[in-house]
Amino acid sequence: MVPTAAYLILAAVLFSIGVTAFLIKRNLITVFMSIELMLNAVNLTFVAFAHMWHQVSGQIFVFFVMVVAAAEAAVGLAIIIAIFRTRQTLNVDSVDLMKS
Amino acid sequence: MPSDYLWLIPLVPFAGFLINGTIGRRFPRVLVSAVALLCTAIPAALVAWLWITLKSAGAPETLHIVSQPWIQISGITINFAFTVDHLTLIMLGVVTGVGFLIHIYSVGYMAHEEGYWRFFAYLNLFMFFMLVLVLSESFLLMFVGWEGVGLASYLLIGFYFRKNSAANAGRKAFIVNRIGDFGFLLAMFLIVREFGSLDFTHVFDAITVNPGWHGGILTAIALLLVLGATGKSAQIPLYVWLPDAMEGPTPVSALIHAATMVTAGIYMVARCHTLFDRSPYALGVVAIIGAATAIFAASIGVVQHDIKRVLAYSTISQLGYMFLACGVGAYEAGIFHLMTHAFFKALLFLGAGSVIHALSGEQDMRKMGGLWRKIPITFWTMLMGVIAIAGIPPWAGFFSKDEILFRVYTSTNPLGKLLWAVGLITAGMTSFYMFRLLFKTFFGPEHEEHRNLHQEGALVHSSSNSHAVMVADREEDHDSHAHSVHESPLIMTLPLIVLAVLSFIGGWVGIPIAFGGSDEAKHFLEPVFAGGFENAGSHGLDYTLAGISIFAALLGAYVAYLFYYKKSRTAASLAVKFPALYGLVENKFYIDEIYSAVIVAPLLMFTRIFLGGLVDGGIVGGAGAAAGGVTKGLSSIVRRVQSGNIRSYAGWLALGAAAVMLVMVLGRAIWPH
Amino acid sequence: MQLALFIIFGVLAVAGALNLLLQRHPINSALSLVVVMMSLAVLYWSLGAEFLAAAQVIVYSGAIMVFFVFVIMLLNAGEEERTHGSRAAYIVGIPGAAAIFCLLTFVFLSERSHLGTSVMGDYLNQVTSNISELSSVLFTKLLLPFEVTSVLILVAILGAVVLARKEQ
Repeated sequence: MVPTAAYLILAAVLFSIGVTAFLIKRNLITVFMSIELMLNAVNLTFVAFAHMWHQVSGQIFVFFVMVVAAAEAAVGLAIIIAIFRTRQTLNVDSVDLMKS
Repeated sequence: MPSDYLWLIPLVPFAGFLINGTIGRRFPRVLVSAVALLCTAIPAALVAWLWITLKSAGAPETLHIVSQPWIQISGITINFAFTVDHLTLIMLGVVTGVGFLIHIYSVGYMAHEEGYWRFFAYLNLFMFFMLVLVLSESFLLMFVGWEGVGLASYLLIGFYFRKNSAANAGRKAFIVNRIGDFGFLLAMFLIVREFGSLDFTHVFDAITVNPGWHGGILTAIALLLVLGATGKSAQIPLYVWLPDAMEGPTPVSALIHAATMVTAGIYMVARCHTLFDRSPYALGVVAIIGAATAIFAASIGVVQHDIKRVLAYSTISQLGYMFLACGVGAYEAGIFHLMTHAFFKALLFLGAGSVIHALSGEQDMRKMGGLWRKIPITFWTMLMGVIAIAGIPPWAGFFSKDEILFRVYTSTNPLGKLLWAVGLITAGMTSFYMFRLLFKTFFGPEHEEHRNLHQEGALVHSSSNSHAVMVADREEDHDSHAHSVHESPLIMTLPLIVLAVLSFIGGWVGIPIAFGGSDEAKHFLEPVFAGGFENAGSHGLDYTLAGISIFAALLGAYVAYLFYYKKSRTAASLAVKFPALYGLVENKFYIDEIYSAVIVAPLLMFTRIFLGGLVDGGIVGGAGAAAGGVTKGLSSIVRRVQSGNIRSYAGWLALGAAAVMLVMVLGRAIWPH
Repeated sequence: MQLALFIIFGVLAVAGALNLLLQRHPINSALSLVVVMMSLAVLYWSLGAEFLAAAQVIVYSGAIMVFFVFVIMLLNAGEEERTHGSRAAYIVGIPGAAAIFCLLTFVFLSERSHLGTSVMGDYLNQVTSNISELSSVLFTKLLLPFEVTSVLILVAILGAVVLARKEQ
């Protein structure tokens, strides 16, 4: 009995909180976690639409998103570990060697 | 049928130019000469064939060839079209015949020069353009030839491009010619506007069918054409380039600046005689310009020291005669004089070249003397040329010049008698300064042995201006070539002899009836200049005027003899007595300096300050600098996005994503699909 | 019933997300993220995606988040320092995020009648179960992407191992 729009708005809320967390937090790992939060919000959207249209393709998409997110988390965290080894810090602002 | 091969006449020299110009650099000299001579001999042969065909009984009076259309815009069509009538035949004969002789001469004259292939390439290019000019059927095609000969002239005057004076002379020639071309162009614009076509037949027929059409726009067109002619044929006020053009090699002076290119203006006036006949005002202007130029140039030529300068001013003066002839409507006489002048002036230039060659580059007559025994062939041929130009019968110059003077005297021009007097005085002066040249060059005490200003590694072999042998450092020694005064080789003297013969007999085709001849020249040109002059009445006037001109010529020769053979001091003492006048004339009446101060200097200042500084530096440069500055400023602002900070990147990302979404939402609202 | 479920777990998810935002120590953020994921799993289940709910719990919170916690403990990440490295993030980013949120909500709200209502337990297909529906598509029509993702995982494993190795 819940309108589908409610699920979608919930997803939007989660997504914007994820964006805000990305912008505000200073720890590399927390920033990474906010990316995961954003991905989850999108997953919720897909599932809601899959339910609305009665099609399975939305859920399949979520399946693949989960797989890719897992792979991405593995690699990303490995990179973070490598960064920590060289710079001894997890502060986002100090990883700025690419500035012009 | 010769009309099928008409197109070969200009194109063969063009092929010669292409061959010599592109790969001639690697050819041995023999091959270059062979190509050049062949590509000049073939047109000469074709022209000879044309002559035979068109002189035979029953031949058409004109030949036409129309090839592909060239420009087709609504309202006007211009074709590549050639036409041959009797006037063209004479011009063709002069151009190809004299041109061929000069090519032969050049093989000998330029034998030691650097850039041999370049010379002959340019010479062939010139032949191509001149032939196009002469053969063309429309104003536009003639203008192509007109411009092209100007280009060839520039290239050849500046042949010794390493010399500043030569390069400047070439530039001056081209620029002054341009002023004349401006007049030609304006005339063409008016013709298109008035007649709707640029073809000669079309324009002249339109004028002919309208016998009452005089003056007005026709005068305007004619005067503009005259401006073009004064540029090309070195008349007042645009003659200043011709004396400087003597910087080029002597065969160039002979071919281009004596026999052919400078006659293009006369040819153009003669070709457009239908137009000019309808504008007595323009004709009067032509006559006055011609007479004034004739006497003016002769007066300068009297005191020149450089042998080629004398001949240059003499050319200007003789062109003035031709102009004068056209100005009183005596077109046949003008063309006749054009023909004979080509013979003896080319002869004189080539002879002067032979003298210069013999003296290893000396051109100043004050350093010459006593040469008649040492270079006899040159002497005798030049003597023929000098007598011809002085106008002493039965040499060629007399008949043509006398015809002109006669026609001027009997013309309907209100100034006729005055112009005749001017022409007569000029004839006397011509005889004077030509014999002066002869005596100073060939007679008198020998000058000291001509030292070779042979500097090691110098670019200029001698002090000459036109026979500058450009040697590279590693050239073999020229001592053997330079020292003794020697006669020129056969390849140079043979054309001299041929031209000398022509200078003698060349006038005999135009012997007027009064003297027992058949006046073939006039009758030959009658189909072209229909409605010619008929001398009714007694021949008494003929004899009187002829006698007066012969007397003037002999008087001039005698005075020269007195000054320069018997008492070589009188000329110098006269110069000392009238120093101001002498200085004025010797410096060419300071015309070059006046032009430079009045026209050139303000123009240069204007361009440098206004156009160069303000427009180019300020506006154009400023616009460029402003564009650069704006880009720099903007980019230094935008550059701050690249901070390297992840969070700022994320911030911009978020903003960008929001913008995209906004566009999508709004777009959905605007275009409800 | 569905409404109650939605409200409880929705609020829980939002609370967890806000907690992630507000906590200073990364371990607290990680644990709140686990809460978010669990509540999302319930919401998936209420939308008829049982397999995905299970996968969410097993893969996402059970593996990925545990991985995050391991790394935090490995690197001994302490509390966050207070640095302000970039102004642009605040000045440009926050309004951007807000704009995104407003736009999305606006679109969803304006279309809410078209979106209809969700019925709890409304399976995709009354005949087969959710997981058989999924697998019948995955292993027939989408076999190639499936295999490619397995290669992707292999590559990721190798990459992670190489990247995180100690220098020898």
